[in-house]
Amino acid sequence: MEISQHWRLKQQRYGLVGEVCPHCEVKIFPPRDICPDCGKDAKTLYQFSGHGEVYSYSTVHQAPAGHEENAPYTVALIRLDEGPMVSAQLTDLGDRALEIGMPVEMVTRKLRSEGERGMLVYGYKFRPVLNPA
Amino acid sequence: MTNNKNFSHDIVILGVGMTPVGEHWDLSIRELALEAIAAARSEAPDVLPEAFYAANMLAPALSGQSQLGALLADFAGLRGIEAMSIESAGASGGLALRQAFLGIKSGLLKSALVVGVEKVTDRVGPQVDAALATMTDADYEAVQGITPTTQAALMMRRYLHEYDAPDDALAGFSINAHANAVSNPLAMFKRAIKIEQYKKSPMVSDPINMFDAAPLADGAAAILLTRSDSVPADFNKPLVKIIASAVSSNALALHDQPDPLVISTAEASAKSAYRQADVQPEDIDLFELHDQFTILSALSLEAAGFAQKGEGWKLAADGAIHREGRIPICTFGGSKARGETGGSTGVTQVVEVVRQLQGLAGENQVKNAKIGMAQCLGGIGATAATHILAV
Repeated sequence: MEISQHWRLKQQRYGLVGEVCPHCEVKIFPPRDICPDCGKDAKTLYQFSGHGEVYSYSTVHQAPAGHEENAPYTVALIRLDEGPMVSAQLTDLGDRALEIGMPVEMVTRKLRSEGERGMLVYGYKFRPVLNPA
Repeated sequence: MTNNKNFSHDIVILGVGMTPVGEHWDLSIRELALEAIAAARSEAPDVLPEAFYAANMLAPALSGQSQLGALLADFAGLRGIEAMSIESAGASGGLALRQAFLGIKSGLLKSALVVGVEKVTDRVGPQVDAALATMTDADYEAVQGITPTTQAALMMRRYLHEYDAPDDALAGFSINAHANAVSNPLAMFKRAIKIEQYKKSPMVSDPINMFDAAPLADGAAAILLTRSDSVPADFNKPLVKIIASAVSSNALALHDQPDPLVISTAEASAKSAYRQADVQPEDIDLFELHDQFTILSALSLEAAGFAQKGEGWKLAADGAIHREGRIPICTFGGSKARGETGGSTGVTQVVEVVRQLQGLAGENQVKNAKIGMAQCLGGIGATAATHILAV
C-alpha cells in the first residue's frame, strides 16, 4: 500500500473515528457514509471510546508478505461498546489466557513495516483492559 | 427476481472438461486453460461459441497477467470472439457461468464458453497469502495481517463457542472430502484420512488446522453452453439443463456482517435459486458447496436450508453428507481433497455436477442423481453464486 492510502485513514487508524447516523442514531465503524441499518446518509463523525470485548480470535502462524516479522500474532473480532464490530490485532497479552468475552481497549501500535528504508504503518490494536471496573 | 419460466429456451450443457488439480510446473496459465477448453469443446466439436467468459482470481497478482478473456480466447483459437475476464475471488467461476446464462437467456447469444483457470504455484507462500489477502477488506482487514484463512478461523472459533460444539466437530467434512477424492483421478489428494490425523494436524490459524483448510493449487475447467433448440442432432450424452442461476453480494469484511455466523449471500442466492427452479432443499440430490474451509461447509449447509443455524456440523458427524447420505457434498473430493483452484472452483463444481447428472461419475456416482446444486463463494462469502442443474 502507498503512503496516501494510509494517510487518508489517519482518523480511523489513530482515533477510531467512525460515524453516527443522524436518522436512526446507529454508530458506524468503519465509516461508510450510508447507514447500514436505515440506508440513509450518515456522514456525522463519531469518536468511539475504544472499549469493547473479544467476540472471536485466532493466532496467525503463516503470515502474508509484509507481516512475516510479527508472526505469530493474534487477531480478534472485537465488539465495540457502541455496537459495531472491528477486526484488529491483540497486543500486550503477556501470559494472560485469551478468551471470548475478554474486555479490551484500543492502543496505537506499529501494524507493519516495509523493510529498513520503507514505510512504518501505525494504527489501532487492542489490549486487555488494565484495570477492569 | 428472474424467473426462468418467463423465457422460452432452456440453457443446456453441451460439453465439460477439466484438468487434474495440482502443481503443474510444466504448464502456464494459458496452457492449463486450453486443456480444459479443448476437453469441453471436444464433446460438441461443431459448435462454435459466440462469447467467451474467463474466470480467474489471482492472475494479475501472481502471473502479472490481466485481460485473460482475450488472452485465453486467442490462445484457444477463438480470435475475434466477444471475450472478457471475470473476477470475484472464489466466486469468479460461478459469476462467469452466470454471465453466459444471462447472455444466452437474453436471446442475444446462441452459445457461450466458460473457462475457469488458476495458476498459483509460480509464487511461494507469503506472496500467495498476500495476494489472497486482497480479497479481504484492504483498509480494515488486510492491514491488520488478516487473510481469508484468518477470517474463517474467527468464524470457526465463534461457531464452536456459540453452539458448544466439540473441537473436532468439523472433522467429518475433511474426512468426507478425502474419502471421495480417492477414486477421482483428477484430484490432488487421492487418499483417505482418519480422525486421528485430523486431531494431530498442525494449526494454520487456530482453530483452523491443516485439514480444515483446502490446498490452493493449479487447475482449469470449462463448460460449453447453448440453447435447448440449438443442440446438435448427433449429441449423444444425457442433456443437462441449468434450471436456476443466482448471485448475491455483501460486505467483504467479516466485521461488517450483521451476523458473522450467517453467510447471507449463500442464503440469498440459494433461496433465489430454489424459487427459480421451483424446488426445495430436499429435492437436491447432491450439493457441490465451497469447502475452502470446513467451517464454510457447515455454514453453507445451514444457509441453503439443509440444517438449522448452528447444526450444520452435525450433518458431517452423522454421515448425511456422504455419497450415500441424505445430502451428498463434495462428491469428487471438494476443494479440500480435489484441490482448491480459486477462480476456477465455481466452474469445476459445475463440471462435477454435470458428470453426476449424466451418470458419468464412475466410482464417484451418486445413485439416481437428477437435480444437483453448485455454490461458490468469494472469500468467506462477500459474493455467492448458486446454480441448480437437472437432467
